[in-house]
Amino acid sequence: MTEAAINVSGVSYHYSHKGALNNISFTLQAGRFVALLGPNGAGKTTLFSLLTRLLQPASGSIELFGFPLHKSPGQALKQIGVVFQQSTLDLDLTVAQNLAYHGALHGLSGRAVKQRMNIELERFELSQRANDKVRELNGGHRRRVEIARALLHQPRLLLLDEATVGLDLESRQSLNRHIRKLCVEENIAVLWTTHLIEELSPQDDTLILHQGDIIARGSSEELLAEHDAPDIAALLIQLTGAKS
Amino acid sequence: MSPAAYLNCFLGILRRELLRFIQQRSRFISSLVRPLLWLVVFAAGFRAALGIAIIPPYETYITYEVYIVPGLIGIIVLFNGMQSSLSMVYDREMGSMKVLLTSPLPRAYLLICKLLSGALVSLFQVYAFLLVARAFEVEPPAIGYLWVLPATLLAALMLGALGLVLSSLIKQLENFAGVMNFVVFPMFFLSSALYPLWKMREANEIIYYLCAANPFTHAVELIRFALYGQFNSQAFWITAATTIVLTSVAILGYDPRRGLLKKR
Repeated sequence: MTEAAINVSGVSYHYSHKGALNNISFTLQAGRFVALLGPNGAGKTTLFSLLTRLLQPASGSIELFGFPLHKSPGQALKQIGVVFQQSTLDLDLTVAQNLAYHGALHGLSGRAVKQRMNIELERFELSQRANDKVRELNGGHRRRVEIARALLHQPRLLLLDEATVGLDLESRQSLNRHIRKLCVEENIAVLWTTHLIEELSPQDDTLILHQGDIIARGSSEELLAEHDAPDIAALLIQLTGAKS
Repeated sequence: MSPAAYLNCFLGILRRELLRFIQQRSRFISSLVRPLLWLVVFAAGFRAALGIAIIPPYETYITYEVYIVPGLIGIIVLFNGMQSSLSMVYDREMGSMKVLLTSPLPRAYLLICKLLSGALVSLFQVYAFLLVARAFEVEPPAIGYLWVLPATLLAALMLGALGLVLSSLIKQLENFAGVMNFVVFPMFFLSSALYPLWKMREANEIIYYLCAANPFTHAVELIRFALYGQFNSQAFWITAATTIVLTSVAILGYDPRRGLLKKR
C-alpha cells in the first residue's frame, strides 16, 4: 500500500459563528495528483490554511506523511511546498533573494540553497531572471518563481491554491504540464485547487467541496458516469448549484 | 532540525531585513532626520526654558542637547519597532507573512529571529545618529559608545516586541494610524526622554507616576547610563522583564489556535 501524503480525519473549522469546514475526511496518496474543486466560499482556502498550520482545526486531525501536524509541526511542514492563491513573493527582492530567504527558513545552508536554486530555476526556465526583481516579472513568471520556491527544499507534497489564477491560457497550460511532470518524475503528491476545470484530465482524482462538506470524490470519469453529467462543469453545477 | 539549520534561518531573516533596510534609503534618512530635528530645533528652543540640574549619570551641568540624546536614541528604536510592526501588518495583508509562518522551525523561534533582526538593523541608525550628534557637541566618553550597544539592543528588542504584539492585534493597515496616536506619542511624551522625571514631579504628580511606570522611561534611562559607562540595574530589569512579557504575548498572538487569518 502506498504511503498517505495527506490524511485528514474528521476536521472541522468555524469562523466566529459561520462554519467553514464540517467534519471532513480524505486521504491523498504519495505521488498522486488530486484536484480540489468547489465554488467560492466552499472552504478550499480554509483547508489550505489548516494544512499549512496557519490555522488549527477546531476538531479532528491532520497528518502529513504520518506526522501529526499539531504534535510534530516541524516534521510535517518540512514535507510540504505551498503556493498560496495570493502571491507571497517580496516584490522588491530579486528572484534569487526570494528563493534564498525561503531556503533559509527551511534551514538550508547558503551552498545548498545555491545548488537547489540552480536546479529549480532551470526547470522553470528562469535562470536568466535570477537577478531580476520580482516586480519586473510578469504574472506567469511570478507564478513559476513561486512554484520553484515551493520546491526548493524538496518537499514530497505540493499544495497549490488557485495557482493559475490571472494567467493567460498558454502560461496555465505550461504550468499544468510542469506540475503533472513533477508527480510522475519526482513522485511528488499534488493537491491542486482550481475553478478552471479545463485544467483537469478525465483520470484525475477529484474532490468536490461545497459549503464546507466534501460532496463527491473519485476520478473525474467515475464522477461523470455516476452523476450522468456530460462534463465537469455540468457536474459542478448539478452538485453545487453554482457555476464554477 | 540541526543547530546549523537554526543559524541558517536566523541569518536568512537578518539578511532580508538588511536588504529591505538598504533598499528603503528614505527610511534611513527619515530615521536620522527625525531625532536631528529634535536635537537641533527643539533643543535649541527648549534649552532656555529648562534648566538641567546635576543628576546621575551626569557629573557636571549639561546642555539640554546632551540630556535629550538618549531619549532620541529611544525614539529611533521606538519608530523602528513600529516600522517593523507596520511591515508585519503589511506582510500579512500582502500574504508574505505566510512564507515565514509555514517554515518548519518553531514559530516562537521565527518571531524571535524577526525581532532580533529588526533590533540589529536599528543599531545602524543609532550609531549614525550618535556620529552626527558629535557635531552638536554631544560627546559621551569612548566607553559609552561600546556600552550603549547592548543597552540599545535591549531597548530595541522591547519596542520591537511591542510592535509585534500590536501587529498581531491590528486587523488592517488602515488602523495603524491609531497606534501612533495612542501608543507611540503617549509613550514618548510620558517618559524621561525629553525632560527629567523630577522636573515632571514638580509640575504634576500624577503625570510623574505615569512617566515612572512607563517602560520606555526605563529603556531611555538604561541607554542614558550606558552612554556614560554606567549600569542602571533598575532600568535594566524593568526593560528586560517588559521585553520577556511582550515577546511572550506576541508569540501567543501568532499562535495558530488563535488564528492569524481568523480575524480577517
